[in-house]
Amino acid sequence: MKCLICHDEWMPTMSFAMLLTLRQADVCCPRCRARFIRLEGNRCERCSRLIDQAVCEDCIAWEKRKSVLKQNVSVYMYNDWMKEVMNRFKFRGDYALIEAFRHDVRTVFSKHFSSDVCLVPIPLSPSRLAERGFNQAEAIASLLPLPMIFALRRIDDEKQSKKTRRERFTGRKFCITGENVAEKRIVIVDDIYTTGATVHEAAKLLYDAGARDISSFTLVRS
Amino acid sequence: MYMAGKQLLKSELSFPYDEKYVQVVESIVKTKKGYRCVRCDNEDQQLFASFPCARCGRICTYCRKCIMMGRCSECNPLVIWTGPVPSTSFSSPLKWSGKLSPAQQLASDEVCHAIDRNDSLLVWAVCGAGKTEVLFAGINMALSQGKRVCIAAPRTDVVLELAPRLASVFPSVDMAALYGGSQDRGKLASLTVSTTHQLLRYYRAFDVMIVDEVDAFPYSVDPMLSYAVERARKPTSSLIYLTATPNEQWQSEVKRGKRKAVTIPARYHRRPLPVPTFEWCGNWKKKWRHNRLPSCVVQWVNEHLERNKQAFFFVPYIDFLQQVVPYLQQFHPHIEGVHAEDPKRKEKVLAFRRGQISILVTTTILERGVTVPNIDVAVFGAEQPIFTESALVQIAGRVGRSAQYPTGDIRFFHFGKTKAMLKAKRHIVSMNDEARKRGLIDE
Ligand SMILES: [Zn+2]
Ligand SMILES: [Zn+2]
Ligand SMILES: [Zn+2]
Ligand SMILES: [Zn+2]
Repeated sequence: MKCLICHDEWMPTMSFAMLLTLRQADVCCPRCRARFIRLEGNRCERCSRLIDQAVCEDCIAWEKRKSVLKQNVSVYMYNDWMKEVMNRFKFRGDYALIEAFRHDVRTVFSKHFSSDVCLVPIPLSPSRLAERGFNQAEAIASLLPLPMIFALRRIDDEKQSKKTRRERFTGRKFCITGENVAEKRIVIVDDIYTTGATVHEAAKLLYDAGARDISSFTLVRS
Repeated sequence: MYMAGKQLLKSELSFPYDEKYVQVVESIVKTKKGYRCVRCDNEDQQLFASFPCARCGRICTYCRKCIMMGRCSECNPLVIWTGPVPSTSFSSPLKWSGKLSPAQQLASDEVCHAIDRNDSLLVWAVCGAGKTEVLFAGINMALSQGKRVCIAAPRTDVVLELAPRLASVFPSVDMAALYGGSQDRGKLASLTVSTTHQLLRYYRAFDVMIVDEVDAFPYSVDPMLSYAVERARKPTSSLIYLTATPNEQWQSEVKRGKRKAVTIPARYHRRPLPVPTFEWCGNWKKKWRHNRLPSCVVQWVNEHLERNKQAFFFVPYIDFLQQVVPYLQQFHPHIEGVHAEDPKRKEKVLAFRRGQISILVTTTILERGVTVPNIDVAVFGAEQPIFTESALVQIAGRVGRSAQYPTGDIRFFHFGKTKAMLKAKRHIVSMNDEARKRGLIDE
């Protein structure tokens, strides 16, 4: 079969265990697969950052600022390979690449979250969405068999120049759409966690709208 | 005039254009087999995908093959320029005082002839023949006649090597070097050097199209290249093909006189091409399962290390390379491995050129600048299908390129001779024969 990522032909070997569990063969070749590094080992228990402390300094700082985000869980490390694949997925718009993440996303998610949560994908601005044709956070969320709530709307235009003065001043990215989140357990979904500012802000808004027990889940931890 | 000579996706067009001079066509069309991409001619159904599209609100199909140039999808048509393409002429812009060898001169004259008559020509030149200079006179003539010239190459590093070379001999001419991430993207220049991919943005733009696919291995010739070339050149234009290894069909067309061709069978240093020798090494795959290499190969490695002679050691697969390099490094630290996607590729190539690496195990021919003088070459598992006639000729072409060291050893270690191996050897021998006949070799 053709590797989803490098397009080289390769021969998947069907193991007996795979036949028994009816597990699908990988969509990408072993070489491409080996370049994705799953986050494992010593990590900050709050944000998945690879570090030898239980809770990293950034998370201690978030706690001091009374952030309502309980924890962030990420699947992959951000390496050069991930950067390249994300570039093709997000900026070039090669939606099909989402299939390369399906198995790991499901495995990691179910290890950390129960099945009674609702997913809130981080939205894109309408102009960005029209340009790209899809929202990568929503694409990631769609790999999970859980209800999605479109509770957030982007108010900045992601392009600095188009921000109004007030928005730039307050620095706010989102507002609430009015979809009901009251008393719900929420997992915010995004493609990447860098400083965490995006998901922490989203968590605050959802909390104020009545959501309880708010965490986040991202494909990558940079 | 930004649109002139182009075909762009509607989503790329943020500027107004003259409606009178454009045609809007679907970029993805349905066929009996499924879908076809109009921009890159992809019909491999595995390289189409669909997604819930926010732009058109439907399940939208797109081409994955040419996606690095922007997404061709069902809701994103191509806008094609059909108006006139402006032209600029230069009066003899060539600033070069070098001299051509008699074989180069002959080829250069044929190139001029073809450009003048909007003809096609195959320039069949051995590796190390000095083929770039052969183009100078023809490009000079074309630019003097106000023609637009494009040189298309399969790889970015070839573009990066060619562009400054041409800029230095045509200093007054506006040039564009097109590759992923280049500053010149979207420029329509009098002289363009482009990768195959970037060519997909042009439509009937060039009067002279030169396709340089020498030293392409392992990037086998992509059918997309010839499609892109056909769309980017004007219906009336010249097409010059430069290659060291024309495919079988072309070779036979040349022999039967059905295809116009000119050969440069000898190198500029007037010494014959080194001819490969075959060495049977048994069932090496089976041996390798027991972690052993054939003794003749071990001997070859040892000899080179002892004599301190640098060499390339070609292997058929990256997986095997990744196993065999650590194995060989146990015996000698000056052995390194490099493959096409190796992130440390540049550093390793540099170390090899500096002589810090004795034997470089590789799956690829590396950058063309890598003409290390005084090296030998071995191909391990030469019977494997990846080693086509063309690949083997190009690999052999690494040896003896410098005038100072015009000879060297080329060894094909194999488990059964293949047609490709025999053809490659015959190819090299016949080039030498022709060169002797034409008096292009001093012996
Ligand atoms: Zn792959
Ligand atoms: Zn943390
Ligand atoms: Zn669409
Ligand atoms: Zn295409």
